Amino acid sequence: MNSRLVLINILRWFILLFIQILLLRNLSFYNLATPFVYVLFLLLLPFGTPNLILYLIAFGTGLTLDAFYDTLGVHAAACVALTFVRITFISISVNRDGFDEPEPTLGNMGFKWFSLYALLCIFSHHLILFVLESFKPAELSYTLLRCLMSGAFTWLLVILIEFLFYNRRQR
Amino acid sequence: MRNLWIFINRYNAFFLFIIFFTIGIVLTVKNNAYQRSVTLNSTNEVVGQAYEKLNVFKRYMNLGQVNDSLANENAKLYSQLLKMKNIDSAKNTTVKDTATHQQYTYLAARVIKNSITLRNNVITINKGSLDGIKKDMAVISPQKGVVGFIRDVSDHLATIQSLLHKDTKISVNVKKNNALGSLVWGEKNFNYQKAYIKDIPNHFKVNLGDTIVTSGFSSFPPGIPVGRVSNAGIATGDNFLTIEINLFNDFSTLQYVYVIKDKFAEEQKALESKLPNE
Repeated sequence: MNSRLVLINILRWFILLFIQILLLRNLSFYNLATPFVYVLFLLLLPFGTPNLILYLIAFGTGLTLDAFYDTLGVHAAACVALTFVRITFISISVNRDGFDEPEPTLGNMGFKWFSLYALLCIFSHHLILFVLESFKPAELSYTLLRCLMSGAFTWLLVILIEFLFYNRRQR
Repeated sequence: MRNLWIFINRYNAFFLFIIFFTIGIVLTVKNNAYQRSVTLNSTNEVVGQAYEKLNVFKRYMNLGQVNDSLANENAKLYSQLLKMKNIDSAKNTTVKDTATHQQYTYLAARVIKNSITLRNNVITINKGSLDGIKKDMAVISPQKGVVGFIRDVSDHLATIQSLLHKDTKISVNVKKNNALGSLVWGEKNFNYQKAYIKDIPNHFKVNLGDTIVTSGFSSFPPGIPVGRVSNAGIATGDNFLTIEINLFNDFSTLQYVYVIKDKFAEEQKALESKLPNE
């Protein structure tokens, strides 16, 4: 059971990073909305994972992305921020004693919970990402707009992907 | 002591966040600094190899376009050659070997990774220090226009800090009156076909459609066409004009670039480092 979860997550890591680097790196609307769908991997890590492991995985994933994007540290910091929001949100909203479900997916947790969870995590990630990337006070309004548009785009894609797999599991 | 440990353990999510986030920020700031020691970027063996493999497929997509541009360039060079052949050399009595005085040499390289969607875009090429590429060399496009500067070099690969990067500044001239300005990208418009020229003094008259060329001050050879003015005179409230231009170079279809070796670059750097300030 446990080894199956690990295997699924490793597979998910490779697939999502492959899509991100191959496909989505070249995609943008008017240079305003650029999706970063790989965060879905961090969103879907199992509930019981210790915090230290969560942070290490997030940091490693961020560094891998950084190597391909030539932005050392930016994605790593953003992923760590996402993990902090994730841990806080889960500790507030989910009963700590009994996790009935192994993973926080849309199918397991319901649309309402998952959409809010994804929204908060994605926006914290994008805020850190774009602010660190531009690092110029003069561009702040543009950076925030970019963060907003990209966040909405990523969120939409994440929800879409989740619905795709949600149906498959029901069968 | 025990209470402290319990306290830290209770809020371990927060403390771990602080630790990892700080590491991330330190890496970011260090990466922005002039000296970069860590090579976790696309000049890295593994990452570079991956991009090289992916590029094999992508190259076929733009093959027609690249062919056209190469044919155009050939035609241009051929016509220049014809011009030289027609010079009546009988009149020249003394021949000076000018080959040793050639300041700039070009080196062709293939783009294996490119991006235009980010705030700070970096291009990776398939030539490195073994081919004689060094940091801060200028890079231009085969068609027309500038690309950027060499940023990091490994044995077989190099990254270019593209013009589409917040730290890139290139010294340029308005061709007709030699007004000096500096070429930057971004701040308001993040379209990869547009850029801005700042710090042109107010008394120069710049019209729509004027050609902008490199000035030769920032390691580019002088006179390389950069773009055409699309909006002259954006009011900034001080004594300088800000001009919007359309770039000649199309960053989205970049396949080959020329790296420019400047024979006197090191000599110039050594000489200028003797200046007291700056």
